[in-house]
Amino acid sequence: MKLKRQAFSYPYIVWMLIFILAPMLLIVYFAFSSETGLTFDNIITALTNEMYMQVLTRSVWIALKATVLCLLLGYPIAYILSTMKKRTAAILYVLFIVPMWMNFLLRTYAWQVLLDSNGIINSILTFLGLPAQQFLYTEGAVMLGTVYNFLPFMVLPIYSVLVKLDRSLVEAAADLGANPVLCFIKVVLPQSVPGIISGITMVFIPAITTFAISRLLGGGKFLLYGDLIENQFITLGQSAWPVGSALSFILLVLVLISMAIMRRAEHDAGEEGGMLW
Amino acid sequence: MKKIVFILVLSMIVCCFAGCGGSSDAVTLNVLNWGDYIDEELLSEFTQETGIRINYTTLANNEEMLVKLQQEDCIYDLCFPSDYIIEKLVSMDLLYEINKDNIPNLQYIDKRFLDLSFDPGNKYSVPYMWGTVGILYNTTMVDDPVDSWDILWNEKYAGQILMYNSIRDSMGVALMKLGYSLNTRDEAHILAAEEALIDQKPIVQAYLGDDIKDRMIGGGGALAIVYSGDAMWCMDEIEGNPDLAYAVPESGTNLWFDNIIIPKSSTKTAEAEAFINFLCDPQVAARNAEYIGYSTPNAAALEILGADYIENETYNPPQELLDKCEIFHDLGDFINVYNDSWMRVISYAE
Repeated sequence: MKLKRQAFSYPYIVWMLIFILAPMLLIVYFAFSSETGLTFDNIITALTNEMYMQVLTRSVWIALKATVLCLLLGYPIAYILSTMKKRTAAILYVLFIVPMWMNFLLRTYAWQVLLDSNGIINSILTFLGLPAQQFLYTEGAVMLGTVYNFLPFMVLPIYSVLVKLDRSLVEAAADLGANPVLCFIKVVLPQSVPGIISGITMVFIPAITTFAISRLLGGGKFLLYGDLIENQFITLGQSAWPVGSALSFILLVLVLISMAIMRRAEHDAGEEGGMLW
Repeated sequence: MKKIVFILVLSMIVCCFAGCGGSSDAVTLNVLNWGDYIDEELLSEFTQETGIRINYTTLANNEEMLVKLQQEDCIYDLCFPSDYIIEKLVSMDLLYEINKDNIPNLQYIDKRFLDLSFDPGNKYSVPYMWGTVGILYNTTMVDDPVDSWDILWNEKYAGQILMYNSIRDSMGVALMKLGYSLNTRDEAHILAAEEALIDQKPIVQAYLGDDIKDRMIGGGGALAIVYSGDAMWCMDEIEGNPDLAYAVPESGTNLWFDNIIIPKSSTKTAEAEAFINFLCDPQVAARNAEYIGYSTPNAAALEILGADYIENETYNPPQELLDKCEIFHDLGDFINVYNDSWMRVISYAE
């Protein structure tokens, strides 16, 4: 008997059904059900509560800021990596990935130690004769933690596009009289758009759904939407599941919308530039 | 060679089954407790003595414990919830009625801690630890007298104040500051407490859980809300910070009890009762209390701990203070009003 290649995907499909699709369906079910049947009350509660909406706006805002910062930091890094010798680039590339092998909670705890008022950074400051700063438990610390954790997701897709870029195109542009800045804007940047778009998607979506970073580095003062959902399930218990699910559902819709926008942008870019994979 | 591999594989399979609790004679108790809340050496001693194994798990706050105990497939045999949670569990009929014949060591428990309002007659729970809520402060940073909750609102200590990220404790402090009951069901009182906490937020360094202890020991804050037992731990001369001191406001505070309970769903109640009896043994209770630093309700154990503990007002507060204290009660669904207020506090941004 010959196994069809397709057969190998069955375990994966079963896995997805049980662990990805089923939980999502449960969220939708709880979000739209009440004791009497179908209801939109939970969604309406979630959307009309002033505090929930404030937290949502803040989460989106922080995620946007983190994404922009990641792009500003990540693009130059990816660009520099792509222009390096293959060997050096490979080593640096690995150095970039190694921290990701560790759980992100541990890495965030490490930042707690670094940023602490008696931590390494403050020790260096006082050693240099500068006054110690309160870094931990500020909005800046939350931003730092988010950018730090998601930066590799921005660098890697951009790098993998840039490294495949045809260098002769850049040389041709230079031969035809374009200065380096113009070369970059007219030749390199447009071709790297698919990488940028996939980097933005990979940073923005986890950033908007994150919840532990704000607690560990923000000291519980900067509640994000993820924390709100956690609170509904962990501390309020079963009676709060419907509203908790409604909040999750809203977040899910938000994620799908941003993915659709990114898809669209990627498609448009794909027609002119090189594809990512 | 093949034989060796076969034996190895076989023994691994056997081990797996043993790990799943499939072995016939050893009973395993699933114990759910707070972090740092038992001397873990006692667990293995209990296993040696009785052959009953302990599967020990911890979590961080009462509300989470309640959620776990409400689940239909609750696997736990022993838990250590606080007073108001026990009251709720009793009202939901989720607790097993303890057979006191199996716990002779109950005789050592101080009568003051038996027959309390949340569990009259101790039908469902046995006292484990108790204490007060107060202010832990660093004497090198605080020069005002710490005798009222108002000091937590003093702008002189901006950025140096640590609060608990737990609904009832932090809302409770604000209610006590305003002179209201900890168990108030008056929405106006709760809104006033919310407003007080929002006013305080700009000078609060962080809302934390157990990590308050480490920050205070490390000198990372000047004033913090802590349970008396945690204060004992933080002020320990060797492992703690000798600059720290603990004070309870003169107006009184929250008096709390953590008791041991057996969920109704437990099928190993006799073994669970054996473990409770073990923990109530004066020697064991004294060692345990010394290890975790919390006040023991076990009168015989307190005798063993000696004068240092008996005369320490943090560890063994005088009765006059206790008379001014209030115990938390279950608020039923009204807790949602507290929760909404608390969420507005921690999500508030200038």
